[in-house]
Amino acid sequence: MKVKVIVTLKKGVLDPQGKAIQQTLNGMAFGNVSEVRQGKFFDIEINESDETKAKSQAEEMCKKLLANLVIEDYKIL
Amino acid sequence: MKSSVIIFPGSNCDRDMDVALKKFGFENQMVWHNDAKIPKSDLIVLPGGFSYGDYLRCGSIAGKSRIIKSVIDFANSGGLVLGICNGFQILTETGLLPGILQQNKYLNFICKNVFVKIKNKENKYFKKIKKEVLELHIAHNEGNYFCSNDELKSIEDNGQIAVTYCDHKGNDDEKNNPNGALKNIAGIFNKNKNILGMMPHPERMIDPFLSGEDGSLFFENLIESL
Repeated sequence: MKVKVIVTLKKGVLDPQGKAIQQTLNGMAFGNVSEVRQGKFFDIEINESDETKAKSQAEEMCKKLLANLVIEDYKIL
Repeated sequence: MKSSVIIFPGSNCDRDMDVALKKFGFENQMVWHNDAKIPKSDLIVLPGGFSYGDYLRCGSIAGKSRIIKSVIDFANSGGLVLGICNGFQILTETGLLPGILQQNKYLNFICKNVFVKIKNKENKYFKKIKKEVLELHIAHNEGNYFCSNDELKSIEDNGQIAVTYCDHKGNDDEKNNPNGALKNIAGIFNKNKNILGMMPHPERMIDPFLSGEDGSLFFENLIESL
């Protein structure tokens, strides 16, 4: 089955790329954008039909490789 | 004294490191990342570069490569492990050193000489260096050191800050912070001080005609201390 994972910077961690995107949007007539946080998206195909098992594997993947928990949070969709 | 430099796909400071180590008397060997074991060594060096193209996060893929288990075992048994630049990033990704190197605060790749202040000489890496401030070279996009407040307190309490960015007089204030690193941190130790990760490249400062000689002081001390 397919598992989707989103990794984002933790709240309070500086995101200079997000800041640069926000400022660019502001300069493009999207003046009401007050914050942009950039993250990563992973589309993972796992040969496992049990959803609970697949998601618990994805959780392990996040902890061990996909996210660095010092600065990032992850969400499994 | 025997040293091993690990080569990852994308390492590009491995040969400079080899030249530097040999110049100061190390019997150096190059070790491929896909090898299972590291030959007998007194020092292991993870060199600078862009291992695995900096995919995912700098150092994250190298941190899971085949050779890393041997590096971790060697480090945990008290062996000296030195990570320069990308090597420092790899050490944080393996968990051997706390924190992480984030993208530079102003999103620029920085390539220039900087001054760093030696914060702790009670270790084999800086013990006999007489100077307090060294002029070294940095070249990185992700050198902005970050860790949680608890971790910062712990590394400060344990004297784990190795070097900080400063001016030629040793003022390590925000004005002399090139990349936004927490507390101007340019390099840190583990608790036992046998592992050192730092962004500046001592191997680029070993020739008075080309660059400078403060890197020579680093390697001279290293071979004497071992």
